[in-house]
Amino acid sequence: MRGALRGRGRGRAAMATFFGEVVAAPSRAGVDDDEEEAAGEALEETPEDREIRRRVEEKREVAVRWALPAGEAAPGVAPEPLPCSRFVVAVGHNAAAFLSSFILDSTCWEVVGAVKLWNEWCRTSNTTNVLPTDSFCLFYRLISDPTVLLCQCSCYVAEDQQFQWLEKVFGHIRKEGLQVTILSTCPVADYKTQESTLTLPSPFLKALKTKEFKEQVCCPLLEQPNIVRDLPAAVLSYCQVWQIPAVLYQCYTDVIKLDTVTIEAFKPLLSSETLKNLVKDVSESTKSLKKLLTTNENHNNIYI
Amino acid sequence: MFVPCEGGGPDLQGFTLLMPAVSVGNVGQLAIDLVISTLRMTKIGYFYTDCLVPMVGNNPYATSNENSVELSINAEVYSLPSKKLVVLQIRSPFIKNKYRPFCQALLSWVESSKCARVILLSSSHAYQRDDEQLLGTPLRYLLTPALEKAVGGHMQELKWKEMEKIAAYPGINDAEKVLHIPGGGITKLLFTESCSKGIQMAVLLKFCSEGDNIPDAFALVNYLNEWLQLIKSKGSHSTDISPEQEIPDTASQWKIPSSWRLLFGNGLPPALF
Repeated sequence: MRGALRGRGRGRAAMATFFGEVVAAPSRAGVDDDEEEAAGEALEETPEDREIRRRVEEKREVAVRWALPAGEAAPGVAPEPLPCSRFVVAVGHNAAAFLSSFILDSTCWEVVGAVKLWNEWCRTSNTTNVLPTDSFCLFYRLISDPTVLLCQCSCYVAEDQQFQWLEKVFGHIRKEGLQVTILSTCPVADYKTQESTLTLPSPFLKALKTKEFKEQVCCPLLEQPNIVRDLPAAVLSYCQVWQIPAVLYQCYTDVIKLDTVTIEAFKPLLSSETLKNLVKDVSESTKSLKKLLTTNENHNNIYI
Repeated sequence: MFVPCEGGGPDLQGFTLLMPAVSVGNVGQLAIDLVISTLRMTKIGYFYTDCLVPMVGNNPYATSNENSVELSINAEVYSLPSKKLVVLQIRSPFIKNKYRPFCQALLSWVESSKCARVILLSSSHAYQRDDEQLLGTPLRYLLTPALEKAVGGHMQELKWKEMEKIAAYPGINDAEKVLHIPGGGITKLLFTESCSKGIQMAVLLKFCSEGDNIPDAFALVNYLNEWLQLIKSKGSHSTDISPEQEIPDTASQWKIPSSWRLLFGNGLPPALF
């Protein structure tokens, strides 16, 4: 069976090493030779292949569920786009935990939406009562100012799902007067610099902003030749193309898992225009961070 | 789809669209970087698509602190009206199963914007050359029938080599020949689609392997320059000299963009020694 069941491989170039063995080397161009054939063969797909492809696509579909305000549109009618002045998106466990520790609480914020998706790396949790280490994607609205929206997205959104996520989420938000802030983390080993990354004091923050973003950024801008990928890049690209003021704060860290040092690296953002009025009590934040530490420890402790 | 940076969008009627294929060694994309950087082309818009892996970064052609903070995304359009040239740069790989939708979107934009012709810079696996292709120039061209009429003669004058077709069933039936561009990404698909739609398209490609592909990019961009004369080459204009024998000075005429730093990794940790 061809087509949909073909594995995702990089283009294979064979090269001879000095010892004469032939080694398959992945192509940097990401060219999958099979794709070329598949493009031609797509026309020759059997109905069976087509059905398999359709079912895989269905399984990978991104579903966004929005909570309808009481008394609004009947089921089957598309809900009205949400008016929004500020939209903060936290991608990854540490960025999401930063929002949980310093901004979110159950009294001032309400859940207004959730994303349900599946891919080879994760499946989103079914509840809204999530642990910091779960995979989830939830949307919150500030009760006192319903134009302030927050998103915690700790599930991995695969590259073929990112565009869908964008269109379905931003499709439900009004763009007039909107400003977007994205928080994300990535390994410090990915940071390109003249020195070695071993000597860099990590974690550290770097920012990227769209043309329309005029406010002060809370850290230095990300220098070339560094780039940002995945969902944070997709959101920032969307904002750049559609002229929405947006800023991305990328935290370079040497810890992959949930980590309080990484979470606290985002603290400079608490004095930004976007977040300064949303910050919780200091005592509340300390309690949340502590709770995070214990939850994390329980998961990681395999030795008594 | 094409989204202009501002306003209703520029008039691209009669322009030449230059673009890369994401192919082995990223040679086409590197060559396009050289063109944009050297000619100091202005960004006029984005090619907003779900077919490419998303990526963002700051201005890859920055020359000063002021212009280094412009955001760039994975597919952008630049123009140089004085040469009626518009360039599409693609900076990330294709998402699986998105080759065909991208080709359709691109060609439909070419038709709606009334570009005169498209030039695709590409590359192909060097290890798949046959005995004859191993000798002589590693550069090849292809023209759609629509463009053959207009510039076919000029290619003859330049003594360029057309990309050979190979037997569809080698060893069994050598009569039936097909076009095969291994490692060329969307090259073959775009080319065949353009042939059937009557679009004027030229493909310029180089045989190469993965590695340090900067010299390949220079070779390809100089090849392009023989035809389009985008910059004055210091080398001889005589068509008797093949691209490989050209005086190396031409290489220094092309401006390497600032984003080509650290292509092979960071500095070494001092503790290593």
